[in-house]
Amino acid sequence: MAKTIDSRIPEGPVAEKWTNYKAHQKLVNPKNKRKLDIIVVGTGLAGASAAASLGEMGFHVLNFCIQDSPRRAHSIAAQGGINAAKNYQNDGDSVYRLFYDTVKGGDYRAREANVYRLAEVSNSIIDQCVAQGVPFAREYGGMLANRSFGGAQVSRTFYAKGQTGQQLLLGAYSALSCQVNAGTVKLYTRYEMLDVVLIDGRARGIIARNLITGDIERFAAHAVVIGTGGYGNAYFLSTNAMGCNCSAAIACYRKGAYFANPSYVQIHPTCIPVHGDKQSKLTLMSESLRNDGRIWVPKKLEDAKALQAGTKKGSEIPEADRDYYLERRYPAFGNLVPRDVASRAAKERCDKGYGVNNTGLAVFLDFSEAIRDFGKDTIAARYGNLFDMYEEITDVSPYNEPMMIYPAIHYTMGGVWVDYELQTSIKGLFAIGECNFSDHGANRLGASALMQGLADGYFVLPYTIQNYLADQITVPRFSTSLPEFDKAEKDVKDRIARLMNIKGKSSVDSIHKKLGHIMWDYVGMGRTAEGLQKGIQMIKELRKEFYTDLFIPQLEGVNTELEKALRLEDFFLMGLLVAHDALTRNESCGGHFREEYQTEEGEAKRDDENYFYVGCWEYQGDDEKDPVLYKEPLVYEAIKVQTRNYKS
Amino acid sequence: MANISFTIKYWKQNGPKDKGHFDTHEMKNIPDDTSFLEMLDILNEELISAGKEPFVFDHDCREGICGMCSLYINGTPHGKTERGATTCQLYMRKFKNGDTITVEPWRSAGFPVIKDCMVDRTAFDKIMQAGGYTTVRTGQPQDANAILIPKADADEAMDCASCIGCGACVAACKNGSAMLFVSSKVSQLALLPQGKVEAARRAKNMIAKMDELGFGNCTNTRACEAVCPKCETISNIARLNREFIKAKLAD
Amino acid sequence: MWLINSSIGRKVVMSVTGIALVLFLTFHASMNVVALISAEGYNMICEFLGANWYAVVATLGLAALVALHFIFAIWLTLQNRKARGNNRYAVTDKPALVEWSSQNMLVLGIIVILGMGLHLYNFWYNMMYAELVHDPEMIAMATNGVYHIAKTFSCPVYTVIYMVWLAALWFHLNHGIWSSMQTLGWSGHIWFNRWKMIGTIYTTVIILMFAAVALAFAFGYVPCDMQAPACGGCLLG
Repeated sequence: MAKTIDSRIPEGPVAEKWTNYKAHQKLVNPKNKRKLDIIVVGTGLAGASAAASLGEMGFHVLNFCIQDSPRRAHSIAAQGGINAAKNYQNDGDSVYRLFYDTVKGGDYRAREANVYRLAEVSNSIIDQCVAQGVPFAREYGGMLANRSFGGAQVSRTFYAKGQTGQQLLLGAYSALSCQVNAGTVKLYTRYEMLDVVLIDGRARGIIARNLITGDIERFAAHAVVIGTGGYGNAYFLSTNAMGCNCSAAIACYRKGAYFANPSYVQIHPTCIPVHGDKQSKLTLMSESLRNDGRIWVPKKLEDAKALQAGTKKGSEIPEADRDYYLERRYPAFGNLVPRDVASRAAKERCDKGYGVNNTGLAVFLDFSEAIRDFGKDTIAARYGNLFDMYEEITDVSPYNEPMMIYPAIHYTMGGVWVDYELQTSIKGLFAIGECNFSDHGANRLGASALMQGLADGYFVLPYTIQNYLADQITVPRFSTSLPEFDKAEKDVKDRIARLMNIKGKSSVDSIHKKLGHIMWDYVGMGRTAEGLQKGIQMIKELRKEFYTDLFIPQLEGVNTELEKALRLEDFFLMGLLVAHDALTRNESCGGHFREEYQTEEGEAKRDDENYFYVGCWEYQGDDEKDPVLYKEPLVYEAIKVQTRNYKS
Repeated sequence: MANISFTIKYWKQNGPKDKGHFDTHEMKNIPDDTSFLEMLDILNEELISAGKEPFVFDHDCREGICGMCSLYINGTPHGKTERGATTCQLYMRKFKNGDTITVEPWRSAGFPVIKDCMVDRTAFDKIMQAGGYTTVRTGQPQDANAILIPKADADEAMDCASCIGCGACVAACKNGSAMLFVSSKVSQLALLPQGKVEAARRAKNMIAKMDELGFGNCTNTRACEAVCPKCETISNIARLNREFIKAKLAD
Repeated sequence: MWLINSSIGRKVVMSVTGIALVLFLTFHASMNVVALISAEGYNMICEFLGANWYAVVATLGLAALVALHFIFAIWLTLQNRKARGNNRYAVTDKPALVEWSSQNMLVLGIIVILGMGLHLYNFWYNMMYAELVHDPEMIAMATNGVYHIAKTFSCPVYTVIYMVWLAALWFHLNHGIWSSMQTLGWSGHIWFNRWKMIGTIYTTVIILMFAAVALAFAFGYVPCDMQAPACGGCLLG
């Protein structure tokens, strides 16, 4: 238990660490780069930008994704924007302020040095993307436009309509395509990584399943990078894409990589509410809507009852009877409080019975005032596509009636533990983007995920990985017929055979839905020790059902049910990790809210004395055994740890 | 909200060489606020519980942006909606009780069927690799505001860049032409100063690759823009033609 | 050569030959209208064109344009069918935006070419060909264009066939004009609508000019100054 976790943060003041690091790190000379192979798993913002940058530097890159094209990675769905400390609006922004806001937004659970580096490189991301032809919104003068986002008092968010993620990903994808054309990157689409291969304790390759032929294939490299996203789909219903999974991260975890802070799960406040039990996913309405939309529920319970019964419409409730609860509770930030705060406030109102749809689990996001003040055309120009999407799904036009929204699982701050160099606890294995844990602490601010993904991929990993690879230049390319590969492949094949041979009755989705319900009810927005313990029990029982009653069709080649089953098996382990971490963390912070630990006003109550650490979980060799916790103490040098205050 | 019952006729094909056929299934009491893909989930649940092989189709984000869905529904790519939308944004309220809904894959030589309605669209990636980018080294560009771009140009570039690469344009085109896809990328970059440097090379290389991969010629039928879920227009194709002709005349 | 090797190049050939043929039709239609005003004037034009070297060269040029336009059309269609693949959709639903003519340009074109064959037999064979081979019987009337017009349209079957032909030509040109500009890249959000409008008006005017002459003669109209009435006299006396 006394294991020390070393995050290998460079010496010096926080503002100079990254510069110092780069000045002193080891580099690989151009001739040697060609001799080194790097596997990058995932083609989202982090994966694609890393693969493209590494390829361009001269490394030989193998890039994998489960979709039919790199451009389909789920980064594409990010709507709102990307932060950068450009201060183009002359509103007093700076690298320090972005750093500070991010640390504060993360409820003082992020690693200071990492966040500072993130803020530092944020400006280069914008430059890079503009050069790639990303069509960011512009002002009439031709300069880049900005908008403000939750948790900030400056406008530092760059955006491309409501499709910023798409445009940034297409930028990274184009850079990647350029490198594929140049021959430095080889793409493997419709491949799913199922295991990481370790040789002498270092990551030296992966085992992947060809999703078309069903073949299990081996790939060797000098280093392995995973950028495979978060684990939100453990909750079944989330804003993640259907294919999002945590299998690559869990494969690394099973091989010994620590999993950090799994309980930090972000619940996004503005999603379209759940409508039925056939629903497969939740649709996010960009946080940018909170710039102009006002969130409210009725003041009177009878109005809420009428709304729930469908006898009244939101627009019929007079101004005086509306409770703009975010503006009431948090006057300084109003509707732009961070996501965790906004989500909990919505839950609080709905729990009290003020919910506004038939399930009682929704609040209003109202644009009537904005439309009155700025005109319908201006609002349409800002949010037109989001409004259209909302209407397509719900059959209600937000131009006439307030939108209904409710929090939903959106992003996971926790992830594979990495040090300052983004290297996991396994040598030669790196994790980037949402897949790692490092930069967002207990809560991520809006428009920071895109920033982090691209920062890791373009500007951080391509440097730090060289520090590792510099002494690998004499290591020749590995043969995939080494016994380690034999064993890894056999393990994967055995695992598939085991699942295929269950031959039960339940479909993967039906079990996944049940897991989702347990996760949402017991490991969701409001957690208690008792509930978490019960949740752990229930997950374990459900897993037994999975192992005895699962049905997978016996098919060669494409077998989507098998793909889902493998992922679901990993979601079980993930769900348990989240629950264990949440149970151990006897405090409320950011995305982790324990009902036992709140102030009288219902705000999260942190415990910096006992929980000022990164919780790192180690696999114990068997899915059935509970994981073991190690702590990486947090060290803050630049920022004074305070209680978060969005009131004044 | 109401429930509807209907017959679904869906394409089954085991690999590109297989001839393929339709299977039918009766769907009962489907809530009309179910999305089309959720309806297919229900179909698969029912097939699985009957011990049958599930119906394979591509899908992912389910919010209309990833471009993975590729279903040809009742004669229209992605199914018919009032404004551009992908299959995941198509809701069952658009159908009537007693309908027969026919679901087919994209049918085009450029997109061979992998299985059922899952098709291989790597051709699009190859076209992109031929020139759908600006060559820019990581970390070396000038400040983002150093190039001023008129708002109108930036907005139009954004519209062109909205293409999700789903391939509905190819699927709808009687010529199996990929011109709307190619032109959207070429247009985006042609409209921006950053893209102008390589404009000629890009237009030539992307068209050459498109031709090489066996996509058809554009005969201006406008079927592509009629079905494009992101409302890309054939103005892009005109711009691509312009860029290409200009590039060739300059040679 | 990019005009042959690239898809856009091949379309450019279609477009340029198409525009040239439209210009020819414009000339032809204007010339025909003269027959309504003055038989003498029309016959002067016929004489001027006759079998002079420039007219023969122009005719050969025209033939080459038609041949190019047609061969490329066949070529493109074959390629497009191949690109479409072997499987056809079981259900298709044509979006409202899609003009019927745009999807049937080849069929329309074939109708136009067949009509052209007949037209050449009715007129060109009797006029330019007659002069070229110096057929002693035909040469007398070779430059009397009005005579041939009147003769052809005195037969109702021909009139009907010509009307069908002109209708096909209308559809072909109505799509063809904006399409050619689109292919040449002279289009966009604004110009697209302009070209469509211009195309429709232009096509309609040209076709009306052709149709007016044909119908007028079919219904017995004879220009006042017609000198050698061949079938029936001048109704207006």
